[in-house]
Amino acid sequence: MPDLSYALNLAASELTLAIGALVLLLLGAFIGEKSARLISILSVALLVAAAAVAATGPLGQAFNGAYVADPLAIYAKVAIYIASAFAVVLGGGWMQRMNIARFEFPILIVLAAVGMGMMVSSGDLISLYVGVELHSLALYILAAYHRDDLKASEAGLKYFVLGALSSGLLLYGASLIYGFAGSMRFEDIAAYAAANPGPGLIFGLVFLICGLAFKVSAAPFHMWTPDVYEGAPTPVVALFATAPKMAAMVLFARALSEGFLGAHDQWAQVLILIALASFVVGAWGGLAQKDVQRLLAYSSIVNIGYAVLGIAAGTEQGLQAMVMFMTLYMIDTMGFFAILLSLSRNGRPIRKIADLAGLKNDRPLTALAITILSLSVLGMPPFAGFWGKYYVFGAAASAGYWMVAAAGLVASVVAAFYYLRIIKLMWFDAAPEGTAPTDKAPVEAQWIGWACAAFSFPLVLVGLTWLEPLTRIAATGFGAG
Amino acid sequence: MLQGIAFYLLAATAVLSGLLVVTARNPVHSVLWLILAFFSSAGLFVLLGAEFLAMLLVVVYVGAVAVLFLFVVMMLDVDFVRLREGYATYLPLAAIVAGILLAEMIMISIVVVQGGAAADAVGPAVATADASNVEVIGRVLYTDYIYFFQAAGIVLLIAMIGAIVLTLRKRTSVRRQDPGAQTNRDRKTSVEIKGVVTGVGVTGEELR
Repeated sequence: MPDLSYALNLAASELTLAIGALVLLLLGAFIGEKSARLISILSVALLVAAAAVAATGPLGQAFNGAYVADPLAIYAKVAIYIASAFAVVLGGGWMQRMNIARFEFPILIVLAAVGMGMMVSSGDLISLYVGVELHSLALYILAAYHRDDLKASEAGLKYFVLGALSSGLLLYGASLIYGFAGSMRFEDIAAYAAANPGPGLIFGLVFLICGLAFKVSAAPFHMWTPDVYEGAPTPVVALFATAPKMAAMVLFARALSEGFLGAHDQWAQVLILIALASFVVGAWGGLAQKDVQRLLAYSSIVNIGYAVLGIAAGTEQGLQAMVMFMTLYMIDTMGFFAILLSLSRNGRPIRKIADLAGLKNDRPLTALAITILSLSVLGMPPFAGFWGKYYVFGAAASAGYWMVAAAGLVASVVAAFYYLRIIKLMWFDAAPEGTAPTDKAPVEAQWIGWACAAFSFPLVLVGLTWLEPLTRIAATGFGAG
Repeated sequence: MLQGIAFYLLAATAVLSGLLVVTARNPVHSVLWLILAFFSSAGLFVLLGAEFLAMLLVVVYVGAVAVLFLFVVMMLDVDFVRLREGYATYLPLAAIVAGILLAEMIMISIVVVQGGAAADAVGPAVATADASNVEVIGRVLYTDYIYFFQAAGIVLLIAMIGAIVLTLRKRTSVRRQDPGAQTNRDRKTSVEIKGVVTGVGVTGEELR
């Protein structure tokens, strides 16, 4: 058995983050409330350092197989840590403007990143559960962070209660699986599942899938998403929509394709059902929305449907498609929320879709950025979102799921309506009489938004040549070849 | 034989008190029944040879958690009558779910009894001849499960940070005691000597 120092070396990125978070916590407690800015800067540095440590770290397994450091985990970790760093930057400026700057905010994001790192490199059911709890507990607090805001408190409470329910489902499924397979480790479970995939094991698996689907907000477990996205602070939602989604999707893929490859036929059915439901709920549900963040919640439900479809294929190609799709989607979403943070009138953030009318006169560059991001999310070639969907549909089609891929196409056509409506409002409609001009935009949010838009097009064409081999390596060895 | 009697007695008490937790009219009684359920589960642990877990259950759950529940029930103004309004309407659905769960548990038990489940890799933490119960658990917890143990510690830390972030407020209206300032007071800062001329009396001006 490898010794502890080997294990600690393998888990160096988590250790960096956890110990760093403790140091920052002490620092914040001693300096006091005015340290918020300093702690934010240090947290960003910490997250970037952890990403570097993860990227250069060794590969292997530790803690009796509970911790796995493989290319998939490392790829996901780098993406998650960087997305979290962006959220810290966005959140820092936002707190300052709202006058609620406190040093715990960046530290909670760092601790959530620890949990997300645990999730993507979990090799057994306990680390799966502990990782999920670790990150979601921090996210519940972040959702309710603006505690004097009624909607934020509501969002936090709703997220907490429903998240606790989903954790219960997850645990129940895990206990059933343990009861039948007699082991927590995915490898042993896979051996058992391949030998005798009985109804009991499948029952546990379904509960596990339900719990995880809750975390990625796939329909029919999406009920919390619109309310939480609407109520929680915008930078927190920017985090919700990116890093935890990536973590949960990678965990989803790992649990299913490492632990239950023998039962692929059974779980593929469940996932396809989830994907179809997400298409329907997300595409049609978004049509009636008036609030931008609610709209983006429905958009995330549709998009998670595509990612789930990638996993359902159960092949290496499918996993690569999922990872690629999630990466591109994370960048789009981060850009969307950053831009949303940079828009305000008379000191009030723009939240209604109708308020975007006539934005081209006021802020032509930002309007252009929103246009690029919208076209990208709706999957217009050659924007970033198109390539993500291209990979997913290709994987689904080659795994034989033609009909589901077609349904996905229909959903993206329906969803195109609400993005096109935003574009029309900004470019072709005039702002109503007496609308105040937009306020001066905060620098960091504006630049992050523009940078993400620039990545969506045209930089993605260069970026793909990097992402393609990286995601291919990450997906190597997963699924049924 | 004696063990069998003890098991059925404790198990029956646990199930019965569990039922009474959800059906009792008075929420305080519910918590008391919960404590009884904890005690009988602790008894079951003792029967399994896990004295340490039994002790923990009594100390942590009865001593801390149940008392906390009692506090919550007694101090928060929750309208339990309104909370129970939907009880009868949701009963059939709840019964179906409970039935499914029960069927599953029976299924698992059958599989386990037939030897369908693989042996546990780590082995049960039961006292052996050379190590006590606590020792065995400690060995497993700090070696095989050190990763989870540490991670669970971080989970608790987050919960603590969260409780502070969401509830701590700086109150400017409250005057706080400063023991350092109190003990550092000396004659110069606290007493002023006025030379009052005898027989003249004190005017308001001098007092100020």
